[in-house]
Amino acid sequence: MDINDARVVLTVLALVCFLGITIWAYSGRARKGFDEAALLPFSEDELPAPGAGRQTKEGNKNG
Amino acid sequence: MQSQTYNYKVVRQFAIMTVVWGIVGMLVGVIVAAQLVWPELNFAEWLHFGRLRPLHTNAVIFAFGGCALFSTSYYVVQRTCHTRLFAPGLAAFTFWGWQLVILLAVITLPLGFTSGKEYAELEWPIDILITVVWVSYAVVFFGTIATRKTTHIYVANWFYGAFILTVALLHLVNSAEIPVSLTKSYSAYAGVQDAMIQWWYGHNAVGFFLTAGFLGMMYYFVPKQAGRPVYSYRLSVVHFWALIFTYMWAGPHHLHYTALPDWTQSVGMVFSLILLAPSWGGMINGIMTLSGAWHKLRTDPILKFLVTSLSFYGMSTFEGPMMSIKTVNALSHYTDWTVGHVHSGALGWVAMVSIGAMYYLIPRMYGKTEMYSTKLITTHFWIATIGIVLYIASLWISGVMQGLMWRATNPDGTLTYSFVESVKASYPFWTIRVVGGVLFLTGMLIMFYNMVKTISGQKAYDAPVLAPAGAHA
Repeated sequence: MDINDARVVLTVLALVCFLGITIWAYSGRARKGFDEAALLPFSEDELPAPGAGRQTKEGNKNG
Repeated sequence: MQSQTYNYKVVRQFAIMTVVWGIVGMLVGVIVAAQLVWPELNFAEWLHFGRLRPLHTNAVIFAFGGCALFSTSYYVVQRTCHTRLFAPGLAAFTFWGWQLVILLAVITLPLGFTSGKEYAELEWPIDILITVVWVSYAVVFFGTIATRKTTHIYVANWFYGAFILTVALLHLVNSAEIPVSLTKSYSAYAGVQDAMIQWWYGHNAVGFFLTAGFLGMMYYFVPKQAGRPVYSYRLSVVHFWALIFTYMWAGPHHLHYTALPDWTQSVGMVFSLILLAPSWGGMINGIMTLSGAWHKLRTDPILKFLVTSLSFYGMSTFEGPMMSIKTVNALSHYTDWTVGHVHSGALGWVAMVSIGAMYYLIPRMYGKTEMYSTKLITTHFWIATIGIVLYIASLWISGVMQGLMWRATNPDGTLTYSFVESVKASYPFWTIRVVGGVLFLTGMLIMFYNMVKTISGQKAYDAPVLAPAGAHA
């Protein structure tokens, strides 16, 4: 087998792999996980008192 | 658990240096732009255009862009993994190591030490230092992901991770060189292979350093600033994998009509055209995240920066594939059009998304939600935008003009114009370019002032690590 055959096989496999990922991403199965993951940046408050409920900064030592 | 805080120190350090190196890199850019208009400004050999130009590119890409990527990736990975940064000592080392790399570039490039590879000019001892710092970066980043308290790995981290891994690969392969002395080495490759490896590196530096990394930034800071999750998470997954599978092939479009085999050029062109799809998928995903929150754009200058950056991303990722078409490239290559295209990506996309992210990040490093002056952010936004438009519009015109002048022939087949005539005709546009650059630099100085006022008198703040995901739902 020529090395070019291996290259062709690899390229085709890469394409199939990508199409597989796309089908998986748009199938219902991935949906729940995606919905959870999309909320990750919002799952926490960032600051010591963002407006309401004034708290002290104890426990937040200078890094 | 409650007393544990995120490691903001390294984020803070990199964030401040992003602004500092941005000013340095863009100042050098303004100087080299001025040298083209007023050649008298080439004072001494170490301040000559040929030595300052690589200093400009290295400073804006690796110092400004690099610090922005280190800073935001360390911030995002901790906060979306709900855990403190892995190996804090190593993280501190990446900061000081990276600053040392930049310092060495600032010293060696003006002195004329170069390996002659575009965007990889630094000589071999510095290459080794870069490798050590980069491997440490990978350990810290992937270590944090491995010790995460969440089930999922947020999409921004996929982009940051791809950027870190690919840049390691690119750097190692392209910088393979044979040292002949402490300050001189020669590439391990020769001829057209050397050229192809250089542009495989060069284009993927664009694709992974200047795109994937900053897309990671986009996927965190756009949703945060807009206050709503990303428009389509599944699109972001497809966007990610499409970029990964296609970017690697696009490099040959830098070598159209050279000694590179014709089929390789065609492969590079075709994959560059395919790249339009994932690029625009990502842009649409980012911009549509604002749907339902468009009104915020009126009052929030940080969102203005982020959304404008996406518009420039869309514009330059349309222009890029178009320029990779061989017949278009025959006109555009080696002209100012290329330089204009790069800056619509570098100033419009990379710098603007970084500036937006920094305006979000810097106050939070000091326990505040807002910068000292929101008005100054708005001023910065408009000055920067006008600067970019002047810059790219003038270089479009001069680029197309140069291309047309170089290819014009008389009926007898001789060239209509000598090269120097095209140089002469370019002067007005190069002058406008200097004005555009000065405006963009002015914006950065305003940012620096705003940053100093935000920080001064404030105590550094480290936010507490969130309890494991299950505990709060």
